[in-house]
Amino acid sequence: MTMKFTEDHEWIRVDGDVATVGITKYAAEQLGDVVFVEVPEVGASFSKGDDMAVVESVKAASDVYAPVGGEVTEGNAALADAPETVNEDPEGAGWFAKLKLSDKSELDGLMDADAYAKFCEG
Amino acid sequence: MADTDATPLKRTALYDVHVAHGAKIVPFAGYEMPVQFEGVKAEHLWTRSKAGLFDVSHMGPCFLTQNNRSLSGNEAHAAIAAIIEELVPSNIAGLKPGQARLTVLLNEEGGILDDLIITRPEVEDLQGTLYIVVNGAVKDQDWTLFEQTFEGRATLRRHDHRILFALQGPEAVDVLAAYLPGSEALSFMRSKRIFWNDVRCGVSRCGYTGEDGFEVLVDAEPGRELVTALLADERVKPIGLGARDSLRLEAGLCLYGHDMDASRTPIEADLGWVIQKSRRERADFPGSEKILEQYRKGADEVRVGIQPLGRAPAREGTEIEIRGERVGVVTSGGFGPSVEKPIAMGYVARKHTAPGTKIDLMIRGKAHEAEVCELPFIQPNYKR
Repeated sequence: MTMKFTEDHEWIRVDGDVATVGITKYAAEQLGDVVFVEVPEVGASFSKGDDMAVVESVKAASDVYAPVGGEVTEGNAALADAPETVNEDPEGAGWFAKLKLSDKSELDGLMDADAYAKFCEG
Repeated sequence: MADTDATPLKRTALYDVHVAHGAKIVPFAGYEMPVQFEGVKAEHLWTRSKAGLFDVSHMGPCFLTQNNRSLSGNEAHAAIAAIIEELVPSNIAGLKPGQARLTVLLNEEGGILDDLIITRPEVEDLQGTLYIVVNGAVKDQDWTLFEQTFEGRATLRRHDHRILFALQGPEAVDVLAAYLPGSEALSFMRSKRIFWNDVRCGVSRCGYTGEDGFEVLVDAEPGRELVTALLADERVKPIGLGARDSLRLEAGLCLYGHDMDASRTPIEADLGWVIQKSRRERADFPGSEKILEQYRKGADEVRVGIQPLGRAPAREGTEIEIRGERVGVVTSGGFGPSVEKPIAMGYVARKHTAPGTKIDLMIRGKAHEAEVCELPFIQPNYKR
């Protein structure tokens, strides 16, 4: 099970046909205190790059994009009452949604952990 | 307000101090300003419980002096008050020495060009002069308007090369009094010249957070030393623009260019209280006919507090509906760290302004329940 990363600071962890998606530790630090998260509804379909979720800090709202195309099988309902989980554990319990992938080859265009770390350093 | 033009950004005299304290710097009102240090929420809560230090040197402090050198004392004040009252609807003539007042700069249609604080200096040698602080984003146009309107009658001196800082929060008074003795004796909206060693400081008991606190105008070089000394106190932390915005929103205070602008009158902005009775009776300020008619009959749209009932913040520009019909718009909105809820303000049609009125906030295409509410969201802590 490997983790891949996008230039918009989402992560995706693939397990068979289903992938878990969230925002990276770097993104969570940049956002600051998360006060609200809107996760997608089960059954919603997205193409790679679509607006998939919204994360809000005290100051501003930011869109979260689908790293790859797919259909939502689960949204992280726990974030509704505990949005701060995104700051506390962004790449674990702070996940946003699970997707059934429509085209696994889309994963090939994403960065691995080393490439993403270099990308964040600019 | 975002900067979109190519003018090079300026730095305040405290820029290096911000960087040394780990500030994240952003462009704001033509300056490179700290938006946050350790984080908006932590800075906000620190200011409400201890003392927060804000660099507001990007704003527009200035002195306006009437030109008739044969006048002094109360006569000189009456002369400069009559001049500034041509552009503002507040009773400036009636200010006592050392008293400050919030007012608005008006255009001929009664629209708000800026909000500003005007102070009558306490000291004898400055009678006939007003200390005025305007907003950073519009200071150049405000000052051009002053110079054109008052040409030959009054002289403007900009003081935005100096340091203007605010110290806000329940511990602010004890911290500041150790450096500027006598500041603790000021009450809300009072001002005094106080010396720190030999350095002259203009100290006003006011602010933009809903907390007790002070704003201090001081020369750049000694000011940097004073600010550095204050920041070394364990009760004081530097606070960025992010927390400045969430603090003022909880306190129900307007942000110019958002909660009011040239398309809104003071009555629409629920700032009718800045127009004292004597000025209503004289009806001699710009746009007075329209403003006084609204004062008597009410404005079509009025600024109100908005309490979202769910957890989704409603940002500026969010449309307000009742049963599918548009009735207004959010002008400031976010999350209030002290009230631990989303909060907002905006304009709604007059018949919907009663506190408790149910409204829908149209966030990302979906209706979210909210109520019109009283402002402010927190109990202010001003020293009356």
